[in-house]
Amino acid sequence: MTVKIYVKGIGILGPGLDGWDKSRPILAGLSPYTAQECSLPKPTILPPMERRRASTTVRLGTHVAQEALEQSGLVADNLATVFASSDGDTDILDQLCSVLATSEKAVSPTRFHNSVHNAPAGYWSIATHSLAPSSSVSCYDVTFAGGLLDAASQVVAEGRPVLLSVYDIAVPEPLHQVRPVSVPFGVALVLDSRHSVSVLGQLDIRLNGEADGVVTTLSSLELETLRQGNPAARALPLLAAIARLQPAQVVLDYVDENTLQVAVTP
Amino acid sequence: MAMSPLYITGFSAASALGRGVSATYGALLREESGLRPCDFENAKLDTYIGRVAGLESEPLGDRFGQYDCRNNRLAKLALQQDGFEDTVIQARERYGARRIGVFIGTSTSGILETELAYRNRDPETEALPCTFHYGQTGNMFSGASFVQGFLQLQGPVLAISTACSSSAKVFAVAYRFIRAGFCDAAVVGGVDSLCLNTLYGFSSLELVSSQPCRPADRERDGLSIGEAAGFVLLEPTYDGKGPGPVALLGYGESSDAHHMSSPHPEGLGARLAMERALSCAGLRASDIDYVNLHGTATPANDWTEDRAIYDVFGASVPCSSTKGWTGHTLGAAGITEAVISVLCIKYGFIPRSLNTRELDSAFKSQIVLDNQKRPIRCVISNSFGFGGTNCSIVLGTTE
Repeated sequence: MTVKIYVKGIGILGPGLDGWDKSRPILAGLSPYTAQECSLPKPTILPPMERRRASTTVRLGTHVAQEALEQSGLVADNLATVFASSDGDTDILDQLCSVLATSEKAVSPTRFHNSVHNAPAGYWSIATHSLAPSSSVSCYDVTFAGGLLDAASQVVAEGRPVLLSVYDIAVPEPLHQVRPVSVPFGVALVLDSRHSVSVLGQLDIRLNGEADGVVTTLSSLELETLRQGNPAARALPLLAAIARLQPAQVVLDYVDENTLQVAVTP
Repeated sequence: MAMSPLYITGFSAASALGRGVSATYGALLREESGLRPCDFENAKLDTYIGRVAGLESEPLGDRFGQYDCRNNRLAKLALQQDGFEDTVIQARERYGARRIGVFIGTSTSGILETELAYRNRDPETEALPCTFHYGQTGNMFSGASFVQGFLQLQGPVLAISTACSSSAKVFAVAYRFIRAGFCDAAVVGGVDSLCLNTLYGFSSLELVSSQPCRPADRERDGLSIGEAAGFVLLEPTYDGKGPGPVALLGYGESSDAHHMSSPHPEGLGARLAMERALSCAGLRASDIDYVNLHGTATPANDWTEDRAIYDVFGASVPCSSTKGWTGHTLGAAGITEAVISVLCIKYGFIPRSLNTRELDSAFKSQIVLDNQKRPIRCVISNSFGFGGTNCSIVLGTTE
């Protein structure tokens, strides 16, 4: 069974990839890619108080979401969201686990409530005054495919547009020893079942259990390194296909021998 | 139009109330709380907890050795109760392993392993112990991955982590995945186990009681943290024999858009979740026979939930929180209370609000203070989480 959805907005932030407009020619192979460090802007969508309190994870997840939303022309206040991250806020996890290893165990209350996996979803809902449903998911290395499936199932089953934001920050030491994610990456897609003039691409998604698809990789060595280096960057082959403005078949990694087969039509 | 029901063709539970649904139901009937003074790890907190005894000495072995942690031990314990594993094996033969989804709610997964690894860092090099398998234990997805592997399923799988609404939301996820054609049936569940993060974290927010929690009580002063695992097999059809099993009839989700750790003061998100669940089920408020409350026993939660309940149901529907029995099992609360709701329908039973000595006089909803036997056709169960994430599910009979 194939599920057909449209991409109405894209947000992207990672090393050398600062926003969709600047990233598009790079991903299409028209301009060279340089993996320079990216600075994390403070998302203007967050109210000043939340902007100050927001952790790196919240800033990354909401920044790309805001870019995708603005491109889509949709309004946030009744837009359902899916926030997806393999490891969540590893900065806060590191701080909490360090404190809990001491005898005082003096946990900061703000840090604790910011540690929930759905913190970006919570900040987003507060910022946009949205009472719409929101999900927060994790699928380890294949979190992008998992988040895409969750969002696509909502678009189809509920007949509503969905904002998907997928992100993972660089994992700090000592956790980095067991989870070597060294660069941050975030991507967001606004997905809808209805076509409109602003559509950036059509996706026909099939969950394939026959293991006949070879996972799509990137021809640029640097971009392929990025794809493998951050779970959210597994989105790159899909974004590259959209950027090239030509029909393409993309195979995304999922669990076991399953793959997501995505036919991309400009 | 109402959603097509998903039948609950198998279910299991493990919590401080006991191992399996018989033990759970027995404790409810006998009015025996599972809460005890905190004796977990090296925690020094003046509080009560709902601990599943014995997990400490039941390691996972063989091919699941790398998955060994308290959270996955608890998951395995629940998978092996109530014939659940066998029910799934039979379903696997009918549908095929790739056509059954696995959707597991959790708030902290196996974070205790990460806490222990930090405690055992090399004092010189800061190196984490080589016995720490982060991907199989500490990561948020580890429980979902373990459950899928243990049941030998190969379909779509997700960990849902929306704090304390996680394992209510999995019901909505399963419905949508089946509707979209990504799978034909689903194992949904929740697993959350005791850890220092939640014990000290909720304490730092002054949300933890020093007594066994007292939902809806005039003197309630916070929650008791518990741990639990529960699973449900959801199928769009059943074998047609006898009265149909209890089914998922509807779900409703909302966000508060208010605050990271306090509920909306007028219960707006809670009310929306319940209204959306009723609408999804094609039911009216008067069709509901019992409300299983989120009822954490914090002053703010119970007060705002009461307002929302009264707005939707008035004072005519019996309500109770079962957290005085199990404690607040966080990401496993939704599934634990879904299983209790199935027992309520199956046995015609309403559990009382345990530890409620004197009802808060400001409350307007009908809080049940004594166990009751009466026919129950439809239950709504509430789960609300940090970040203002709410989910209500409607369970009931279909005839």
